[in-house]
Amino acid sequence: MRVVLVDAGGANIGSVRYALQRLGVDAPLSGDGDAIRRADRVILPGVGAAAAAMERLHDLDLVSTLQTLDRPLLGICLGMQLLYESSEEGEVKCLGRLHGRVRSLPARCGVRIPHMGWNRLHIERPSALLAGIADGDAAYFVHGYAAAVDAVTIASCEHGAAFAAAVQDGVIAGAQFHPERSGRVGLRLLANFLGLE
Amino acid sequence: MLSRRIIPCLDVRDGKVVKGVRFRAHVVMGAIEDLATRYRDEGADELVFYDITASPQGRTVDRAWVERVARILDIPFCVAGGIGSVADARAILHAGADKISINSPALRRPDLIAELAQAFGRQCVVVGIDSLRDADGQWRVRRDSGDPAATQALPLRTLDWIEQAQHLGAGEIVLNCMGSDGVRGGYDIQQLRAARAICAVPLIASGGAGSAAHFVDAFAQADVDGALAASVFHDGSLRIGELKRVLRQSGVEVRDGD
Repeated sequence: MRVVLVDAGGANIGSVRYALQRLGVDAPLSGDGDAIRRADRVILPGVGAAAAAMERLHDLDLVSTLQTLDRPLLGICLGMQLLYESSEEGEVKCLGRLHGRVRSLPARCGVRIPHMGWNRLHIERPSALLAGIADGDAAYFVHGYAAAVDAVTIASCEHGAAFAAAVQDGVIAGAQFHPERSGRVGLRLLANFLGLE
Repeated sequence: MLSRRIIPCLDVRDGKVVKGVRFRAHVVMGAIEDLATRYRDEGADELVFYDITASPQGRTVDRAWVERVARILDIPFCVAGGIGSVADARAILHAGADKISINSPALRRPDLIAELAQAFGRQCVVVGIDSLRDADGQWRVRRDSGDPAATQALPLRTLDWIEQAQHLGAGEIVLNCMGSDGVRGGYDIQQLRAARAICAVPLIASGGAGSAAHFVDAFAQADVDGALAASVFHDGSLRIGELKRVLRQSGVEVRDGD
């Protein structure tokens, strides 16, 4: 199976690659549209700011490739946010593979932003992506922006308000948390994604 | 609900984990990978690696071991020691660290915090603060405290520095209360509470942990997001599994280990 990591410039790209190696999969890093289109699975990792990441995808001429890709595509953290239509972070237009807009998490008393640390997942609906992951399992989050819970949300999380922690709409999938740093739960999600039809 | 984090801190010297008073005889505890794996298996939520010789030797952290740790670890980790520029930080983050922690270089040049936040996002920029109460009752910042001979007391008030660091783009503050550090008499609850009141980003308590009850106090009384400790974990006097059991019984939300 050919798995490709999209080189969107995020600092966590090495960590995602190592996590896949722990699953026995060597996923090359690529900024090449042809290589990405030929892959069986595509992962879009990301740490940083939405505007800078979109700018990099434009520079690499990968926007239309990612918008028309018909193979399973997993966005991680910022990578998941880029799958939506737009982000409030830098008022940037994103890939539009999922409906909706990514917004800033609401800061309120006792709720620290960025949302940083281990938090519980609440299963919203069954999905092959969440096989072996139970309601209440913890995952590692680091983010200040998030998408709202909607029909494609398969797991939600709460920090001040509920937000989408994992999504799936056909071949398009996303994790707001970091599977590469979420212990057993994260490794399971990555393994499930590799096995997705 | 967001769990409170338990964070063992590992001092690294010449590629090995050591314990002991800084700049005195160090006991080599073992290979970095072995201890990282051990703490991960015990249920640590995050690890901090502090390269204790990087800063005094005027070099940045050796990225080879950072990469080895990143390959095996499936929990987040932060690296500290001698990071004084965006280029230093990039090398560490690209080697696989999730966060970088800066202390004295940020005091020398506060704009470094803003530059790092701009380059990588504030979520991976941790500002470590060494703080001590002066004779007039004010908490003030110490610089270069890794080397007792070089440590300088600054006129900067700790609470002012916390506000400034957040304003510049710190995504997390680690407050090391030097008065309680190494004594194992408990975290400095009064100082942590004062810091908490003005700290809107995650706040990590450091210095003084000697028992499970000390962690309960830090979370329950000072509302910190995480608690960092070294010797109490290293010498085996407190196991993380046991600590989390006590925390859970005391109503503190913690993550179950794998």
